[in-house]
Amino acid sequence: MAEKVKVGFLLLGGCAGCEMSVVDLSEKLVDALEHLEVVFWAPTVADVKYNELSSMEDKSIDVAFIDGMVRLDEHIHMAKIMRAKAKTLIAFGVCAALGGTAGLSSLHTKDELFEKAYKNTPSTDNPDNIFPQPRCLVDGKYDLTLPAYEDKVRTLNQIVDVDYYIGGCPPHSSHVGIAIGALVSGQLPPKGSWITNGKAVCDVCKRNPVRKNDSKENRTMLSKVLRTTEGTPDTETCLLQQGYICFGAITQGDCGGSCLKVNIPCRGCGGPIPGNEDYGAQALSTIGSILKDETVTAELMSKYPNLAKFFYRYALPSGTLPKKM
Amino acid sequence: MEFVPNIIGFACQWCTYAGADLAGNLRCKYPPTVKLIKVPCSGRVKPEYVMQAFAQGADGVLVGGCHFGDCHYKDGNHKTRNRMDMLKSMLGDLGFDPRRFRREWISGAEGKKFAEVITDFTRELVELGPNPLKEGENNG
Repeated sequence: MAEKVKVGFLLLGGCAGCEMSVVDLSEKLVDALEHLEVVFWAPTVADVKYNELSSMEDKSIDVAFIDGMVRLDEHIHMAKIMRAKAKTLIAFGVCAALGGTAGLSSLHTKDELFEKAYKNTPSTDNPDNIFPQPRCLVDGKYDLTLPAYEDKVRTLNQIVDVDYYIGGCPPHSSHVGIAIGALVSGQLPPKGSWITNGKAVCDVCKRNPVRKNDSKENRTMLSKVLRTTEGTPDTETCLLQQGYICFGAITQGDCGGSCLKVNIPCRGCGGPIPGNEDYGAQALSTIGSILKDETVTAELMSKYPNLAKFFYRYALPSGTLPKKM
Repeated sequence: MEFVPNIIGFACQWCTYAGADLAGNLRCKYPPTVKLIKVPCSGRVKPEYVMQAFAQGADGVLVGGCHFGDCHYKDGNHKTRNRMDMLKSMLGDLGFDPRRFRREWISGAEGKKFAEVITDFTRELVELGPNPLKEGENNG
């Protein structure tokens, strides 16, 4: 039997949902382990320490998956170590690839975020206003450190060279299975690409009028804009046509249109379809071209008061302009 | 050194670009601050182009299209309005001064208006100072 492919997993500033998608493969993962050897999986699954990674030989991991965005100096440090140890590095999930929802925190100052997280949330009890400090001296002799907070969220490829990207929040486990299959068989796209089926969410969505052969539905310009909290959408027809703004047209459909199956419009976690660099700008452009007139545009702007958070839901740190600011 | 703004202008070939030509023929005076890029229609201007211009240090960006009813492609300028109005609002949400961006309707007969728009935009940009994202010299 051929030598096993050595894989490593590293979680940066994420929720470990992407790693749950790997675990969700269940029996398929067990089968794949015939061909894979997990040499590092931290800080979530395996009981390994960071220094065990830094003491490995360079290029000794065949494929490394990094999930989560880069927010702390610890993330920068670990991403660089993992890059050195890995032959192939994959930005796994939309946080590592584009910044993710947590990337929207770049629109706020550190003080605003700390006030909210450690003081003003209803479940927080912090009468002494204790905030995390990067350095703290306890009892005059224990010099303790915590990872320091960077000024903004970065994507993985703003720190290290990334070989492949996988979108999704989290990536659908079936897509993870396809990606791992491609890795084991060595059938990979050119370096720097997304591992994707290349189809938009609309392409795989059962609501798409083109896919419903008997339909006489035509695309019409939107004469109203609805938020998901307004009314209950029809379960058969296109959500966008009903007025619920959906980003399916410009998002990679490796999820199989999961959200659309449960009456929720696409918000773009799959990443931009090939050929688009700036997700938010493309989302704005696409939605802008289907609004009927200025009153509908004004309605959208009043119902979604912060357009940056709306269009860049998962992609703010990767945006052309935002990443420079 | 006195600050001279750098404006990137995306001009529809059927109207604003012809308007700029007419401004020259009429000998209208306006500051030499605008670099015009001819586009087939203002609806061709992707919001990404505007953001790219700002990211690379443009002090101002102008998108010039036809008045409603005049679009050579019927409704290209309606799409421009939808997109660019949302873009202007989104620039503010991103923390970038939306006054650096203008969307204007200037027909091929409005050479004088073109000169006035550039003059006024330049004056406003001088007040705002250089694009904070600009690198190198002239960075206030």
